[in-house]
Amino acid sequence: MSAPVAGRRPLRAGPVSAVWRPRTAFVVLGGLALLVLVGAASVGRGEYPIALADVLRVLAGAGSRGETFVITQLRLPRVLCGVLVGAALGVAGAITQGVARNPLTSPDVLGVTDGAGVAALAVLVLAGTGGSAVGLLAAVGLPLAALVGGLLAAALVVGLAYRQGLDAFRFILVGLGISVALVSVTSWLLVLANVQQASLALIWLRGSLNARGWEHVVPVAVVLVIVLPIAIVLAFRLDALDLGDDAARGLGERVDRSRVQLLGLAVVLAASACAAAGPIRFVALVTPQVSLRLTGGSRPPLLASAVAGALLVVTGDLVARTVLGGEVPVGVVTVVLGAPYLLYLLVRRTRKDSA
Amino acid sequence: MGTTVVGRLAPPVRRRSRPWLALGLGLGALAVVVVLSIAVGASPTTPGQVWDALVAPTGAPSDVVVRELRLPRTLLGILVGAALGVAGVLMQGHTRNPLADPGLLGISGGAAFCVVLSTTVLGVTDVFGYVWFAFAGAALAALLVFTLGAASRGGPTPVTLALAGLAVSELLLALTSAMVLGEGPSLDAYRFWAAGALDDRGAALTLQVLPFVLLGLVLAIANVRALDVLALGEDSARGLGQDVTRARLVGLVAVTLLTGASVAVAGPIGFVGLVAPHVVRSLVGPAHGRLIPLAALVGAVLVLAADVVGRLVVRPAELAVGIVLGIVGAPFFVALIRRRMVKL
Repeated sequence: MSAPVAGRRPLRAGPVSAVWRPRTAFVVLGGLALLVLVGAASVGRGEYPIALADVLRVLAGAGSRGETFVITQLRLPRVLCGVLVGAALGVAGAITQGVARNPLTSPDVLGVTDGAGVAALAVLVLAGTGGSAVGLLAAVGLPLAALVGGLLAAALVVGLAYRQGLDAFRFILVGLGISVALVSVTSWLLVLANVQQASLALIWLRGSLNARGWEHVVPVAVVLVIVLPIAIVLAFRLDALDLGDDAARGLGERVDRSRVQLLGLAVVLAASACAAAGPIRFVALVTPQVSLRLTGGSRPPLLASAVAGALLVVTGDLVARTVLGGEVPVGVVTVVLGAPYLLYLLVRRTRKDSA
Repeated sequence: MGTTVVGRLAPPVRRRSRPWLALGLGLGALAVVVVLSIAVGASPTTPGQVWDALVAPTGAPSDVVVRELRLPRTLLGILVGAALGVAGVLMQGHTRNPLADPGLLGISGGAAFCVVLSTTVLGVTDVFGYVWFAFAGAALAALLVFTLGAASRGGPTPVTLALAGLAVSELLLALTSAMVLGEGPSLDAYRFWAAGALDDRGAALTLQVLPFVLLGLVLAIANVRALDVLALGEDSARGLGQDVTRARLVGLVAVTLLTGASVAVAGPIGFVGLVAPHVVRSLVGPAHGRLIPLAALVGAVLVLAADVVGRLVVRPAELAVGIVLGIVGAPFFVALIRRRMVKL
C-alpha cells in the first residue's frame, strides 16, 4: 500500500501486499500448540480417564476400540465444538472491535447473544410440548432459530444506532437497551415453561458444551470455513478505516459499505457460534484485546483472536468440568473471567481520560 | 416538551417549571391507576362489587379478591415504584449521569444475587431474613459503582458507567444462575421471582419492608441540598462547604435501602429508576427538592400502570410487572440515546 515499514520487507503478489510479522506468527503457532495440548487433555478427562499419550495415539488412528468410540463419538465433538465456537467468537469480536475502533464493543453488545437466546428459548418453550417431534425440533429448529434471532437482533441494533455514521458509543448503548428488552422476553418465556424446560433453557442460556455432538460441530465448521477467508480479505479494508472516515473516503474506500459488510460477517459468526453452544459471553470481548496485546499492532488480529477464543472456551470447559463439577456451564467461567476484565478496561480508560 | 438537541449552539430555552401542575397531574394519574389496579384482574368484578368490597364487605368471593389480593398488591406497587423512582434520582444525581438506574447499574443484580444466595445456599425463607442479604448485595454493588464514579475527575461517562453496570450484572447473573442450576425447586422459585412480580405477596410482606423504604425516603430527602450542590461538581461542592463524603454516604445508604427492599419483596424491576427522573425533570427542572417527591409519584404510577397492563395483555395469565417495564422501558432508553438527550 504505502511505503514499507522500516526494517520490514513487504511481500507482494499482484495487487496484494502483506508484511511478515514474526511476532504474530509466533503467537498464532504457540497458541495452536497450546490449544492441541489443552484439547487433548480435555478429551482425556471425564468419567473414563484416558492418558494424554493414548489420546494422541487414538487421534492418530491407532487405539483400542473402546477408547476410539469414547473419544471420536463423545469427547472429540465436544472439544471440537468448543474450538470452533471459540474461534468464531474470537474472530467476530476482532472484526467488531476493528470496525468500531473501540475495545469495548463486541457481538454481545450488538444484541446477537440475547437475540439468539430469546429465539432459541421460544422454540424450546413454545414448540417443546409435542412428543417425538421434539428431538428433531431441538436438533434442527433450535440452532436455526438462534441463528435467525441473533441476526434479527443485530439488524435491529445496527438500524437503530445508525445515524449519520456509526458511533461506537451510541452502538453500545442502543445494544444495551435492546438486550434489556430481550432479557425481559427471556424471563417471560422462562415463566411460561415447565420446570424441565426451564432448567434446560437456563443451562442453554448460560452457554454450555454439554452433550454436543458432530451435528453441532459441522454447521459452525462450515460457517467458519466460508466466512473466515472472506473476513481476512475484507479486513484489509480496516487498514484504511483505521485512518478515520474522511481519510478512508479520500483513499477511495466505501466506508459505510465496508463497515456493514464486515459487521455482517461478525454477526453471522457470532450467531452461528451461539446456535451451536448457546451464548458464551465475553469471549468475543476479551480475546481480541488479549491477542492485540500479545501481537502488538493497531487493531485486533483475526487469526490470533480465533486461536485465543478457541483456547479460552476449551480451557474454560475443562475447568468447568474438572474443577467446578459437571453441572457448571462453560459460559459461567467465561463471564467470571471476562466481566472483571471489562471492568479493568473501563477503569484504565477512565484513569486515562481524567489524567 | 420540545426535543432539545444537545450540541447545537442555541441559547438555552428556559422552560417554565410548573411543579404544582406536575404534582396535580401525577396525583391524578396515580388515582387512575390505583382505581384500575383495584378494579381490573383475572376474575371479573363489576364496579359495584368493588365498591361493596371496599365499603361494606360481606365475605363474598369478590370481596376476598379485592381486599386480600388487589389492595395489598396495589399498595406494594406504590411502595416499590416510589422506592425505585427515588433511587433513580439519587443515582443519577450522585453519579451525575443521566443513564444511572438501579437495574442497569447492577444494584438490583447485587441484591438479587445475595437473596438467591441466602435462599438456596443458606436456606433462609422469610423476607425479614433475606432482606438483609438484599441490602448487603445492593450496598456492595452500589459501592462498586460509586467507586468507579470517583475514579475519574469529571465523573464517568454514560458509556463507562453503563458498561460497568453491564459487567457487574452479567457477573452476578452468571453466579446466580450457577447457584440455581441443577436444583429443581430453587430454580422454579427463582424464575418467577426474577421476572419481577407483585402478585401473591400479601399485605404482611408490604408492611415488613415498609419501614426500610420509609427510612430510605427520609434519607433521600435529607440528601436534597447536597445533591443540588453536587450537581456543580465535587470540587465546587467542597468549595461551597459541602461535606462530600457524608453526602455520598447518605446517598449510598438511601439507594441501598430503597433498592434492596424493593428487590427483596418484588424481585428485580428495571427502568423505573431511569424513566421516572427523566419524566419529572422534563416537567419541573433539575432541583432535587422537587425531583424526589415527584419521582416517587411517577415511579408509583409507572409500576402500577405496568402491573395493570401485565394483567390485561395475556389474560387470563399475567405478565410480570418487571417484564412489562423491561419491554416498554427499552424503547425509552433507546430514544434517549437516539435523540441525543444523553451526551455520549
